[in-house]
Amino acid sequence: MTHPSESYVAEWHRATDRWRDAGPQGVRRLRVEAWERFLSLGFPSTRDEEWRFTSVAPIAEGDFALALPASAVLPESAVAPFRLAVTLAAELVFVDGRYAPALSRRGALPNGTRVESLAASLAMDGYELEPYLGHVAPFQRQPFVALNTAFLDEGACIRLPAGTILEAPIHLLFVSTGSQSGRPVMTHPRVLVVLGGNSQASVVETHAGHAGARYLTNAITEVVLGENAVLDHSKLQYESDEAYHVGAMYLEAQRSAVCTSNSISMGGALVRNEIVVSLDGEGVECTLNGLYLADAARLVDHHTTIDHARPHCGSREVYKGILADHARGVFNGKIIVRPDAQKTDARQTNRALLLSEDALINTKPQLEIFANDVKCTHGATVGQLDDDARFYLRSRGLSDEEAHRMLVHAFAADVLNRLPLAAVRSSVEERLQRQLARAWPAAA
Amino acid sequence: MLRVRNLHASAGGHEILRGIDLSIGAGEVHAIMGPNGSGKSTLARVLAGHPEYQVTGGDVLFDERDLLAMDPESRARAGVFMAFQYPVEIPGVNNAYFLKAALNALRADRGEEALDAIEFMTLVRERMAQLGIDDSLLNRPVNDGFSGGEKKRNEIFQMAVLEPRLAILDETDSGLDIDALRTVAHGVNAMRRPDRAFLLVTHYQRLLDYVVPDVVHVLADGRIIRSGGKELALELEEKGYGWLETAMAE
Repeated sequence: MTHPSESYVAEWHRATDRWRDAGPQGVRRLRVEAWERFLSLGFPSTRDEEWRFTSVAPIAEGDFALALPASAVLPESAVAPFRLAVTLAAELVFVDGRYAPALSRRGALPNGTRVESLAASLAMDGYELEPYLGHVAPFQRQPFVALNTAFLDEGACIRLPAGTILEAPIHLLFVSTGSQSGRPVMTHPRVLVVLGGNSQASVVETHAGHAGARYLTNAITEVVLGENAVLDHSKLQYESDEAYHVGAMYLEAQRSAVCTSNSISMGGALVRNEIVVSLDGEGVECTLNGLYLADAARLVDHHTTIDHARPHCGSREVYKGILADHARGVFNGKIIVRPDAQKTDARQTNRALLLSEDALINTKPQLEIFANDVKCTHGATVGQLDDDARFYLRSRGLSDEEAHRMLVHAFAADVLNRLPLAAVRSSVEERLQRQLARAWPAAA
Repeated sequence: MLRVRNLHASAGGHEILRGIDLSIGAGEVHAIMGPNGSGKSTLARVLAGHPEYQVTGGDVLFDERDLLAMDPESRARAGVFMAFQYPVEIPGVNNAYFLKAALNALRADRGEEALDAIEFMTLVRERMAQLGIDDSLLNRPVNDGFSGGEKKRNEIFQMAVLEPRLAILDETDSGLDIDALRTVAHGVNAMRRPDRAFLLVTHYQRLLDYVVPDVVHVLADGRIIRSGGKELALELEEKGYGWLETAMAE
C-alpha cells in the first residue's frame, strides 16, 4: 500500500465539517466507515496483483482539492461540445463535481421516475438510497471505491419504477476545469442507477475536461437491475490528456435482465477503468464493449470482471485498444463461472493494435470456471497495422497518413458498430477522427 | 508513355529482375507471359512501388518522369494503376468509401474539385453498368470475404472508376471462371483508348483470346527473352515455355 498525501486527509476533514448535519445518518456513517477503511487500505501499489502494471503514485502523492460548492458556473460554450446530439430524457451537468442546474436540462419523465443530482436525492429521501449506496461497490476491498465513498456527496441518482420504459437516453456530463486557487481539483462523483423490474433505460456518462488541465476524477457507478430490466450504459471518457481518471462500475443484475456496457476511453494521462458485473439471476444477458486509444506516454488500464453466478446467463465482451508512441495499455478480463452457473455462455475477445515499436500492452484473460456444462471462449490478439493493406490503399492514391487513419478506424469499426445509441456512436466517431487527425495530420 | 531500361530488382536479397527493357506507347496493350518464378509479378509490383522490392539498377520513365523516385500514392496520382494478383482484404473499410477517397485524392492532385457522395454514386453506377458488375460489392468492406472472382471484378471496377493512364493487370485472369474472365476482358476492352496503355501480366494464353495485345513479351529468369506480335502467345500455348528456354540456352 501507499499512504495518501496529507492533502487527502485535510480535504476529508474539511469536507466532513461541512457535512456534519446534512443528509441521512446512514450516509454520514458510511463516509466515516469508508474513510477509515481507505486509511487502512491506502492507495494500491504495483506490488498489488491487480495494480501490477499501473502505478498510481502521481495520484497518491498529488495535492488535490475538492471544488467549492459555489463554483459550478461555466459558460454554455464550455459544455456544448460534450452535449449529446439527440433528444434526451434528461441531461445533468456537473462542473468540477458540483451539480450545475443552469446547464442541466430535463424533459418530462414518466411517473415515479427520478433523475436527480445525488445531493438532492440524499437531502430529500436519502434513506431510500441506503440499501444500495456502498452495497454494490465494495469499499471494503477497493481503495478507490473507499476513497470515493468517503467523499460521497455529489453525482447522480437515477431511479425507474417497475415497468417504466424510458425511450430517450439520460446523459450525465461531468466537466472538470482543472484547478482552483492554484491546486488541481479532484472529484469523486457517485452515480447510482436503480432500475425496477421490466423497466428500461439508456444512460450515458461523459467525463470531460478542459484541454491542458490536470486534475483527478475518481468516479464510481453502482447499478442495480431488477428482473427483466434492460440497461444500456455508456461511459465516454474524454478527459484532458493530462488528467488522472480512475473509474469503476459495479453492476448487479437479477433474473433475465439485459445489460450493455460501452466503455470508451480517449483521454487521460493515467486511466484505470474497472467494470464488475454480477449476473445474479438466471438468464441474464450481458454485453461489454470497449474501445480505448492512447498516444504519447499515456497509460490506459481496463479491468473487467463478469461473475456468472446463476445458470443460463450469456456474456459477450469485445475490447479493442489502439496504442501509439510510448503509450501503454493494460487489459485484464476476468470471467468467473460459479458452481451453480451451468449452461453459461461466455465469450471474450480483446485486441490491441500497436502503432509504434515503443507502445506496449499487458493483456491477461482470466477464466475461473467451477461449473462443468458451460461454454467459455476467449481470444487475445496484439498486432500492428497490416503493411499489405497500407500498400493497397496507397497504390490507389491515398496518402500514407490517410491509409493509417483509414486502417486504424477500420480496427475500431466493429466496436463502434456495436454501440447501441446512434448519438453515442457519432460522438465517439467524431472524437476518434479528431485523435486520428492529430496522430496522422492530412498532408498540407 | 512507359520506358523501362535495364531494370534490376530484388526481394530479400534475391535478384529477381535481371535487366528488363520495355517500352509501351500510349494506346498500346502489352502482354507479359512467362513461367512461374520468371519475375512477371515482380515487374508489376516494382512498377507500382511495392515496398518489398529493392530496385538495384536501371530506370523507369513514365511520361518522362522518374517513376522509381515516386512513392506509391504519387504513382497512382500520376496515372499508374495495378490490379493486384491477390487483392488485400481490408475489414472495416467500406468499399465505396475507400474508392471515393481514392478518386478524390487523384482529383485533388489534378486540381479538380472533390466529388460529393451523389456525384460519386452517379459515376459509380455508370461504370458498373458498363462493366456489368452488380452493386452488391459496393457496400461491403474492401475485398473482405469476397470470392476470388469478386476480388478480381472489384479490381477492374476500381480501374474503371479511377481511369488510369497505365493499367497493369497482375494475373487478373488467374483463377477465374469464364464469366469473371469475360468481365475482366470486357473491362479492359471497354477502357482501351488512344491515350491509355495496358500491361497484362498473365500466366495463361486464355485472356488473350478476349483481349488482343499489340505486343507479347516472354519473361524468363528475370529477363525478356522474346517479344513479338499476338501470334507469339499462340505459339507459346502450343509449344510451352520450354521451347523458348531451350532456344535461349543454346
